[in-house]
Amino acid sequence: MHFGDSSASPRLVWRVLGFTFFQAGLSTGLTLVLGLPAAYLFARYAFRGKVFLRAITAIPFMLPTVVVAAGFNALLGGRGWMNILLMDTFHLVQDPIPFLGTLAAILAAHVFYNTTILIRLVGTALERVDPHLEQAARSLGARPLHVLRDVVFPALRPALLSATLLVFLFDFTSFGVVLLMGAGRFATLEVEIYRQALQFSDLPLAALLSFIQLACTLAFSVIYSRLISGPAAAAATRSSSRPAQPARSLGQKCFQTGMILLLGTFFLLPLLSLPLRSFTRLEADRGERGGVQYGLTADYYTGLFVNQRASVFYVPPVQALGNSLAYAAATVILSLALGFPAAAALARPGPLERALDPFLMLPLGASAVTLGLGFIVSFGRWMVSPFFVPIAHTLIALPFVIRTLQPALAAIPRRLREAGATLGASPRQVWWTVDWPVVSRATLAAGVFAFTVSLGEFGATSLVVRPEYPTLPVAIARFLDLPGGMNYGQAMAMATLLMLVCGTGILLLEKLRLPGTGEF
Amino acid sequence: MMLEVHAIHKSYEGSPLLTGVSFQVGSGEILGLLGASGSGKSTLLRIIAGLETPEAGRVLWEGRDLAPVPVHARGIGLVFQDYALFPHLNVAANIGYGLRLRRESPDRIHQRVADLLALVGLSGFAARRISELSGGEQQRVALARALAIEPKLLLFDEPLGALDRSLRERLLAELRAILQKSRVPAIYVTHDQEEAFALADRVALLHAGCIVRMGSPDQIWQDPGSVWAARFLGAGNLVEGIARDGAVETAWGRFPLVCSHAHAAGERLQLLLRRERVRLDPGGELEGVVADVTFQKDHYQVRFESGLEFHLAERPRTGDRLRLQLPDHAFTCLGNEDDHGH
Repeated sequence: MHFGDSSASPRLVWRVLGFTFFQAGLSTGLTLVLGLPAAYLFARYAFRGKVFLRAITAIPFMLPTVVVAAGFNALLGGRGWMNILLMDTFHLVQDPIPFLGTLAAILAAHVFYNTTILIRLVGTALERVDPHLEQAARSLGARPLHVLRDVVFPALRPALLSATLLVFLFDFTSFGVVLLMGAGRFATLEVEIYRQALQFSDLPLAALLSFIQLACTLAFSVIYSRLISGPAAAAATRSSSRPAQPARSLGQKCFQTGMILLLGTFFLLPLLSLPLRSFTRLEADRGERGGVQYGLTADYYTGLFVNQRASVFYVPPVQALGNSLAYAAATVILSLALGFPAAAALARPGPLERALDPFLMLPLGASAVTLGLGFIVSFGRWMVSPFFVPIAHTLIALPFVIRTLQPALAAIPRRLREAGATLGASPRQVWWTVDWPVVSRATLAAGVFAFTVSLGEFGATSLVVRPEYPTLPVAIARFLDLPGGMNYGQAMAMATLLMLVCGTGILLLEKLRLPGTGEF
Repeated sequence: MMLEVHAIHKSYEGSPLLTGVSFQVGSGEILGLLGASGSGKSTLLRIIAGLETPEAGRVLWEGRDLAPVPVHARGIGLVFQDYALFPHLNVAANIGYGLRLRRESPDRIHQRVADLLALVGLSGFAARRISELSGGEQQRVALARALAIEPKLLLFDEPLGALDRSLRERLLAELRAILQKSRVPAIYVTHDQEEAFALADRVALLHAGCIVRMGSPDQIWQDPGSVWAARFLGAGNLVEGIARDGAVETAWGRFPLVCSHAHAAGERLQLLLRRERVRLDPGGELEGVVADVTFQKDHYQVRFESGLEFHLAERPRTGDRLRLQLPDHAFTCLGNEDDHGH
């Protein structure tokens, strides 16, 4: 294999690999630090606003990375609320909080994303620890801390292990967060693949990095599926969950209040800063001199319809929104068209379907950037057709679509179809009158999922997309990099719109949550 | 004959399940198909409905082979044990499902659904959701739904199996009334002889892949025809004997035997001694010590230490020594083999 720079390459690979593990490990550790007390809070305490707080912690998980990056940018970035207010108050020349481009920014975004995994997986396990076991330990002379160590922790271990591994996997393959929050100063495997492929056109090196990436994620995925299918998962748990109690002692009340404040601040501030910033004028436009008009403005939204630079590569932002919606619609159609036959086959598996099952799910384990690289390697950089974007999005959405449809299809009792047939329904009529009404909900959920995934997808898109047909996330990332208040404001406005649409999708999915489908 | 089932063969996971089942059902007749669980009686129903294909044998309707007719064109109604009601449709929509498939007018469907709801005693339930119904109500809806398509034959697959005893008895009486009113021929599959005897005009016993006995309920009860059938029905005491000049020698003594078959002297016979035929008599030839007494509503079932069981009107005490008189026709001959009929 030929490398662009044969002496530097091995060192680069080791450095990138080392940093990828380092940041993933650190991110996972920090997620545990916040997530475990949060899981305990949600599992054991009853308080007002619990449902709302839970939803707030869950929403980031499915938000596009550009939205989260824009949210943190609006709060702590050089042109964000905190820095501009501090500069204004204390008449500073430089932004006092260096946040973007630091490791801390990457870590914060990862914790922001993945805390919900711990709350869901570990929290559910915590709710299901048989209270009789704890009471038995107490009656045998164990102190509360001993009960936690001797009874609760062993029961939680399977959930804790799989949740930790899942968080690590997501941190390991993180692309958008590292690229946008690290401001180009940090490179994980994902970011380096992107850089080598797009900026240096060193496809062999990008391919080598992709191979390492695939090998690592595959190993993690295998360990993960071993863990969640392990027999130990059922030990010491009950199927019914215990009722949560209100906090009683002073210590409990302090813990509860502190955690609610911490979680509320951490999860709400970035999400609120973004829409607020998109309506607020805080700095000068590019090339503007003299006094800046501070205050509320809708200019950033009206500006979306204007092609400012009138260049081939800079289309009016609203066209990016149009592109994204068109790509998303195509992704929904494609992924449902492919997902239905696949899910139907998997719902009643034969030997062939069982053998193929892992391959259908492979894009889940592979990273988005690797997928994009695959497109470049397969079809060349001369890919001029915008159709590759929905195809890439379909590959990413397909595993989720199949996993949503399959349980619904499998859950229809054979008896119902037979009853339909004995009442005079032909096979086609059976499908329309028996199967379809039952799976239509799952289809809607799968469609919303594909739509949301496509709208927010950044990793694969940034490699596959044609500059003249940008998607909304690509346009946001581009505008965030441009100087000037107008560009920044427009990035905020677009990110707000994207957050709104994706947030609606996430809430809709929560409503459509079907019994029998897993958490992750 | 309306339905003719001829020499049906079917295996399940490689081992033979049905090995040449043949029977017929006449116009307006209710046939009770009685067998142990796993005997293949449900499979037989599914073959008649067209949900499964037999490996050999034919199903005929009025002399015409049903093999080329797909399930939905057969017009044979099937009522499942778990009801199989469509959860996304309400009660009226479930019952009207087959009528809508036939594109009948909404007015006519509405009228027919109302009639059927009245027939099964669920008037006013039309708009209910399936999940709001009790098991018994669901079974009535399932019956109404099957009746709605005016089937030429109704098949019941243990329809009352999931219900508790008192509800089962009430529904059984209603079902009989409804079937008699509608005059639809029916096959009723069950493992419960009470149900089969209460409902059916004729009962067929399915065992080891074949119909081993067929007849009216009282015929079958009087003469189960085989050791297996007698044991399955719990018909009475089973004892082995040796035939000798018009009598039979058993472990409990020598008794006269009236039997339609000719038995060679020294031939081993399987005999059924009915519990209810025995009478208490201080001069009787059969003596024993009471080992166990069970209360059974209108009598006591007594078991001797020898294993002989019989019914008494008064409660004896455990350890009592009693003498019994057996009437001439106390024994039924079940033939000379261990598990088969004559």
